[in-house]
Amino acid sequence: MLMRTNQMAANTSVAGSDKARPAVQLDGVTKRFGDSIALHEAWLKIRSSEFMTLLGPSGCGKTTLLNLVAGFLEADGGEIFIEGALVTETPAHMREIGIVFQNYALFPHMSVAKNVAYGLKTRGVDKKEMARRVDEALALVKLSGFSDRKPRQLSGGQQQRVALARALVIRPKVLLLDEPFSALDKNLRGSMQVELKQIQRELGVTTIFVTHDQGEALSMSDRIAVMSAGRIRQIAAPDEIYRRPADRFVASFVGDANVLNGRLVERSGDAAVVSIGEVRASVPAATIAEVAIGGSVDVFVRPEHLSVTSRGASGSLPGTVTTQVFQGGHVDLYIDAPGSARDPILLRSPGIAGLSSCPVGAEIGLSIGSDDIVAFPPGEAP
Amino acid sequence: MKRSPGTLLLRWSGRVLVATVLLFVLLPGIVVAISAFNDRAILAFPPQSWSLRWFWRAFSYADFAKGFWNGLAVTVWASSIALVVGSAFAFAIHRYKFALRDLLEGILLSPLIIPHYTIGLGVLILASQTNVERGFPLVIFAHVVMVLPFVMRSTYISLENLDIRLELAASSLGATPLRILFTVTIPLLIPGLLSGWLFAAILSFNEFTATLFVSSQATQTLPVAMYNYVREFADPTLAALSVIYIVVTATLLTIANSVLGLGRILNVDAH
Repeated sequence: MLMRTNQMAANTSVAGSDKARPAVQLDGVTKRFGDSIALHEAWLKIRSSEFMTLLGPSGCGKTTLLNLVAGFLEADGGEIFIEGALVTETPAHMREIGIVFQNYALFPHMSVAKNVAYGLKTRGVDKKEMARRVDEALALVKLSGFSDRKPRQLSGGQQQRVALARALVIRPKVLLLDEPFSALDKNLRGSMQVELKQIQRELGVTTIFVTHDQGEALSMSDRIAVMSAGRIRQIAAPDEIYRRPADRFVASFVGDANVLNGRLVERSGDAAVVSIGEVRASVPAATIAEVAIGGSVDVFVRPEHLSVTSRGASGSLPGTVTTQVFQGGHVDLYIDAPGSARDPILLRSPGIAGLSSCPVGAEIGLSIGSDDIVAFPPGEAP
Repeated sequence: MKRSPGTLLLRWSGRVLVATVLLFVLLPGIVVAISAFNDRAILAFPPQSWSLRWFWRAFSYADFAKGFWNGLAVTVWASSIALVVGSAFAFAIHRYKFALRDLLEGILLSPLIIPHYTIGLGVLILASQTNVERGFPLVIFAHVVMVLPFVMRSTYISLENLDIRLELAASSLGATPLRILFTVTIPLLIPGLLSGWLFAAILSFNEFTATLFVSSQATQTLPVAMYNYVREFADPTLAALSVIYIVVTATLLTIANSVLGLGRILNVDAH
């Protein structure tokens, strides 16, 4: 949370007067491949210095969107602007974009320094200046002294740093990251994420990051655009996405969610009250606008928003513990509550107390302890 | 470690099988190689007495020397022309969609459909109809037709294996399509182009059937000269020539591999 606040502050100072003009703007951009629509009328404004993540499952259109911004694909409809200039028809090599691919796509026949210098050569930067900027870029990614190596002599993490240096050295208007972490092992991934985020903040470069990993998206982004089936479902800050998902898809794709059977009790302004058995909860009204009073709704509750009380306590749902999963810092409890939910309910009990206090078979009460609950019209698939 | 009799049996029968296949493949070469050292002027196996004189004859026989240089010239020209034309075709077929593309791809990638004597005969008929004399251009033309599919196939496969993202990365870095072609695409295709050229060269240098139709006394290549020789003489000179050919080819390939560093270009060695 602290990191995010810092980031906001940095944005304001770097962006300054450019704030009004988006760094990247998509106006109803559509892309078809044959009969199938890969991207359906995408509207998106990315602020200067912003870290925008496109999050979604494979085939949702996020990579298509990235390729459209890069100029690798031609849009079938709509307009794309970069720093206010119309680039819809501009070829990729004139867009001044830096890109890091999943497999890094380093030129295998060139040394690290030549790879990084490639974009400077095409720009006709003079030799002295080129050497200085290449050194600077390699220092930025902590690879000074690796200039003469060939890409295949580097580890995956090092290759990624070279790819990043190569993309950043041209001072791109936008940095595009296409699932850059998915080829790294888990430990390295974590440290590369922190490092990339630091570099991005330091340089204040506008960044579009494509991933299917919601953890990555939540931890790194200023804002996230959640995508599914060629459409952008929601664009918001990570906490907003997590706390106030706009639809069923977002609610179930980002984070874990329990779906409880509820009923709409009343509506007043922006808020609504739903009941789940004996329990009442307040939810935003917008997502269930078309549900009639008394109609059934699906209530989405995060595992950490549930807690265990004694069976029969007021404002609790009855349930039976079916499985305990010890996770180290917390215990995942799976609870059967046939009256309240179709599937077993996942409850995240902090510490290790849950292991002994809620043995398998224990009959317990469930209470909902958060305002961050959302409801959607009933449905099967997200 | 103890192995069961079954495993041992399998191991040994495997070895015997491999040895048999090897022998089978190498047998003609071995027989010819040994016959080359026969002292007597007959092609017999095994030789009764030994000599190196047929090697000397292979070198000193004028038609062979001339055939060798003719063949070398034809090979270099034909392979190089085929490399340029074939690569351009492969590039077009791989990257662009156009009318009859699939048909063209099918024809050019299936060299085995049209026999070499048909190509030779076809070129010969064409030449006589258009009053083109039977000079080197005609021989080279026939050879280009024959080796083109092999060069194309080699380039096409290299293009298939080329990661398109390398070109995309280059274009994002500001490189024009032409610059990408010369700084990324072609350098990375070199192993494929080189091996395609080499394959074409070996095929062209050895080609006999079509060359017999289109060559004349003045333009005959080494295989044709050898054919003409064997019609007159039955001594081991041809066997000696075979030995020389095998040794030279093997040496050239070994040098190409280590000095030119095919392994390095092909990106297969460790460091």
